[in-house]
Amino acid sequence: MVLSEPRAMAKHIEPGMRVALPVDYAGVSMAMTRPIIEHGAGNLDLVCVPTGGMQVDQLIGAGLVRTVETSAVSLGEAGGAPRFNAAVKEGAVRLKDATCPAIHAGLIAAQKGSPFMPLRGLIGTDLLRHRDDWRVVDNPLADGGDPIVLIPAIKPDVTIFHVPMADRFGNVWIGRRRELAAMAYASRTVLVTVERIVEENLLADEMSAAGVLPALYVTEVARAPKGAWPYGLWGEYPADSAEIARYAKAARTADGFSAYMAQAQMEPA
Amino acid sequence: MADVLPREVLICTIARLLDGVRHVAVGASSPIPAAGAMLLRAMKEAGGTVGPRISILGSVEHNFFTNGSAELFDCAGQGRIDAFFLGGGQIDGFGNVNLVGTGGYPSSNVRWPGSFGSAYLYFVVPRVILFREEHTPRVFVEKVDFISAPGVSPEGVFRSGGPVALLTGKGLFRFDKTRPGFELESVHPGHDLAEIKQATGFQFAHDAEPRQTALPDRSTLDLLRGRVFDELAETYPEFAAQMRRELVAVDA
Repeated sequence: MVLSEPRAMAKHIEPGMRVALPVDYAGVSMAMTRPIIEHGAGNLDLVCVPTGGMQVDQLIGAGLVRTVETSAVSLGEAGGAPRFNAAVKEGAVRLKDATCPAIHAGLIAAQKGSPFMPLRGLIGTDLLRHRDDWRVVDNPLADGGDPIVLIPAIKPDVTIFHVPMADRFGNVWIGRRRELAAMAYASRTVLVTVERIVEENLLADEMSAAGVLPALYVTEVARAPKGAWPYGLWGEYPADSAEIARYAKAARTADGFSAYMAQAQMEPA
Repeated sequence: MADVLPREVLICTIARLLDGVRHVAVGASSPIPAAGAMLLRAMKEAGGTVGPRISILGSVEHNFFTNGSAELFDCAGQGRIDAFFLGGGQIDGFGNVNLVGTGGYPSSNVRWPGSFGSAYLYFVVPRVILFREEHTPRVFVEKVDFISAPGVSPEGVFRSGGPVALLTGKGLFRFDKTRPGFELESVHPGHDLAEIKQATGFQFAHDAEPRQTALPDRSTLDLLRGRVFDELAETYPEFAAQMRRELVAVDA
């Protein structure tokens, strides 16, 4: 395995790439956010799996984002995502509004190497009306009628997430956050930050093996203690809601956002 | 009987609306629906029967899924989730829900987070309860600006789920999908029909003198103020603490 560090991993991101990022509570690699912004590759097409939060808001605020495909972007209890909302109002980002299971369906199609996945629901929504990449067909297995929506495969160039541990062979522990595996299967490049690297092979024990994303799907791993902060990490630490609220307030204006991001800021000791 | 807080009326009404469900899913920041589901479970268990299974999204305590965030939707698609709650920045008289924004799309003047799972769950969960405490004409509009999820679907479109009721801070409505439209079922204590008409941007059916929303009895209140607020505090500590502070203020 290539043991890397966040700044080096950010170099995998090239302008115009499609980048998949996980939901707040699944393991967001906040440790990668500033390195990505410093690296500066723009025109990114973000895929939020299935919703986005602070990381997405910060990449938008930094001007790196062309498209956001998502079921929602918010800061949870801290309220709306300020830079996302401003960018929507100004028309500065292109929106591909979705619904959670449609994002999952697109990734699962890619995971299987299939061109699309059918999904119930959606018919009669304005989401469908604004998505020219989604198609409605009549169920070919029914006697007639029964319209159903086809969601095209979502194949990100890069997936980025944070989890508690990897072993020194590059196997990554994702526990029961199986959407991280779906993202990895669907992506060409998978960048993972971890709290710690362990000596033993995680595949050697059946109990841990069941929750492992094998090194086969992992491009690079970097150690980043408290790497999800201010988000929490399952089984490790809770979210720092005071810090998320502090960001929500600061980022209401572009200047406030810049000032917040300029702070040389890491997790509290 | 001690005074019943307005939010206790809401929680007890939700418990009633959920009666009979086997599995209810609750959104991440929905303490009142969660309390209603927990109250129903407590009432069932006090009566010696089995209460509903409760999934709270984003909660570690109430998450028995092992297949990531897709599993809830798969579970709903399989028909294993009987009830769910939806809010909405706008809800109209046809049961359409808007979670996206107002004033144009895509460059919305006011942008809300987004549709989340609504465009799927509204179709496949049999008992969806629309819940929004704020009862004003800006929320309850004649026609939503953006349809995240439609109240009804045309003949021939697969639809095993949809709205059954709308609960607000002022009253309870039933949804009639044949019209389609809402009918005022009851008015919460302290409110009246004229006020609700004033605050609602869509037409709805109602009796000339609608009845008052049923209040909980002593044993239900005891369960709510004891066991349920204890359970609720694990996931929504601030909400549970606030409810308890309000109860102390009422008693004083």
